[in-house]
Amino acid sequence: MATKILDLPDASYVLPGNRSCAGCGIGIALRQVTAALEGRMVMTVPASCLTVLGGMFPISSVDVPWINVAFPSTAAAASGIAAGLRATGRAGEMTVLAMAGDGGTGDIGIQALSGAAERNEDFIYLCYDNEAYMNTGTQRSGLTPAGARTTTTWAGKRENPKDLPAIMEAHGIPYVASTSAAFPTDVYDKVAKARTIGGLRYIHMNTPCPSGWGFDPKDTIRLGKLAVDCGLVVLYEVVDGQFRLTGRSKMLGKTGRSLVPVADYIATQSRFRGMAPEAVEAVQAWVDSRWLRYVGRDGGACLL
Amino acid sequence: MAPETSVMTGNEAAATAARLARVQVIAAYPITPQSPVVEQLAAWVESGELPAEFVAVESEHSAMTVCIGAATVGARTFTATSANGLAYMFEQVWWAPGARLPIVMCIANRAMAAPWNVLNDQQDSMSVRDAGWVQLYCRNNQEILDTTVQAYLIAEKLHLPVMVCYDGFLLSHTMMPVSVPDAEQIDGFLPPFTDPWTIVDPGDPRNIGPVTLADPRNDTEGVAAPGYMEIRALHHRALLEALAVIPAVDSAYHDAVGRSWGGLVWEHLLEDADVVLVAAGSLAMQLTLTAEALREEGIKVGVLGIRAYRPFPIEALRERLVGRSVALVFDKALSYGYEGPICSDLRGCLLGVEGAPPVFGAVCGLGGRDVSLEQLADAARGAVADAAAGMRTRETDWINLHLEG
Repeated sequence: MATKILDLPDASYVLPGNRSCAGCGIGIALRQVTAALEGRMVMTVPASCLTVLGGMFPISSVDVPWINVAFPSTAAAASGIAAGLRATGRAGEMTVLAMAGDGGTGDIGIQALSGAAERNEDFIYLCYDNEAYMNTGTQRSGLTPAGARTTTTWAGKRENPKDLPAIMEAHGIPYVASTSAAFPTDVYDKVAKARTIGGLRYIHMNTPCPSGWGFDPKDTIRLGKLAVDCGLVVLYEVVDGQFRLTGRSKMLGKTGRSLVPVADYIATQSRFRGMAPEAVEAVQAWVDSRWLRYVGRDGGACLL
Repeated sequence: MAPETSVMTGNEAAATAARLARVQVIAAYPITPQSPVVEQLAAWVESGELPAEFVAVESEHSAMTVCIGAATVGARTFTATSANGLAYMFEQVWWAPGARLPIVMCIANRAMAAPWNVLNDQQDSMSVRDAGWVQLYCRNNQEILDTTVQAYLIAEKLHLPVMVCYDGFLLSHTMMPVSVPDAEQIDGFLPPFTDPWTIVDPGDPRNIGPVTLADPRNDTEGVAAPGYMEIRALHHRALLEALAVIPAVDSAYHDAVGRSWGGLVWEHLLEDADVVLVAAGSLAMQLTLTAEALREEGIKVGVLGIRAYRPFPIEALRERLVGRSVALVFDKALSYGYEGPICSDLRGCLLGVEGAPPVFGAVCGLGGRDVSLEQLADAARGAVADAAAGMRTRETDWINLHLEG
């Protein structure tokens, strides 16, 4: 059963006041992520926006154990934490949560993550995907969408992002999910489900970034939802190889409602300013083919 | 059970020490000549002889990271590597001491690429001397076993990681008789790792290793917490404290097991020596034979072996070198563009000390180049002649180098 917004727990493990930017999607989602684990957790975080959110010594912005680690090392650190807890007889006391950005996961961290996935290490890995190196000033990552201007793609990135959840699924791990910080109950339910499963659980979370994407901080949720409505972000989960759409993507797939044109989403953010119509069309074609594949895997109807 | 003597390689001695230390988490990635250490540990974990977690990681960077994660939650950890593996984990080689984690890592010393070379020199561990680890160098397989066990006590007393270095192939793959202490002896010497600093508890959450400013900063209660520079100074002080802890641990080991290794430095025929040959590891052991041979020629030669290279045992070295006529340092490593690392460190620590001898440097054995006793003796004779001629300093001597001009 999907949790309803009013049923989300009141308990918060994110303390009032943190150093993230106004409208940051990470801050919104971290509340649900930690609540779904009821704070019975230890999280490990590489250099990233999340490090900034976590606070500066000796003041912390969260009320859960948090271990900062080096940029490429998140999944290996989580492997070590899990092994250390097993070796000292404390594995049952807490869930190990690794949480890193798209660059920390899909670029510099992918080797350690792939190794941990192949070993089916016992932790949840949550990638908050804000689609570029936002903490260092919006440089392109392997997950930056085509057309986006970044400080290392001044004319707009040419390549589509790599499909990280698909890469993780190819490792044969027990749980893979795609979610969005704009859907708090979807985030909550996926983390809560992952908590009940052993082995490596990978959750990919689209996370709108007002400063890096170029939109008004009040629009974080609106844009996150629009990304799902146009099919750029698809909410789904794969449990033991069984794929299903979830939440709003499930509704879109089941009812066959038309997706919002990608151009409408692109028009909302300054990072896409001046994107050529052909480039927008190419992204639309890429989104359409992906959407067909997702809906097909879900076994649902599709009327584009 | 009485201790039993086995014939084993240096790598087996290191693995045996990790087993005796009852390590709880082992993480490693294969590299020549270190691989047999972790092959042996993997076999013991699989057979149940060693109740530990063995994490077969996909890189050395992850090997050190797994040790960092496991040590942070209070587990006793072990890894081992060589050369390019150590270089690949360089970022984490800094992280472990910065986070004050008592990790023990064995280094089967090997030459750095390029070009590829799997044979011995000490360039790998010497290149990370500044990272804030305790670094101990071993002269034979018995010392590898004993030092690796000692390393845990040193590490856990000081909250510092310890690197136990031994020469690749020369020790790592060479069989020697090694007396293996029984488990009770080691259990008496090395209590279980119950670190009060184990800080991972959801009931008392901490943010470990967050961004730290240059200056001290108050917490929410108004109590000042150290800034980055204070944290680094505390780390440095802990390393200096190791100058007392390393000999104390060696002495406690003697009480428990009946063997000790000299603490910070060791010596051979040093008492009346005019000429002192200085080196670390198996090369220094080889120098003991050189010294004996030169004494037959009437030259009063002694050997001063470096066991602890970091912290650098300044006082122990000064005490033993003042009043000699010359010190000749043999380095199996080089700070390119300058000279051998032990040589420049030694010269620095003797600078301005009354009665200090001139310090000459020789580089040898890079990439496994054989060093013969005769070559070592020639180098020593040369240093004696240069010092007798009044030379106070000279260029680094390259031993057994085949280049024209």
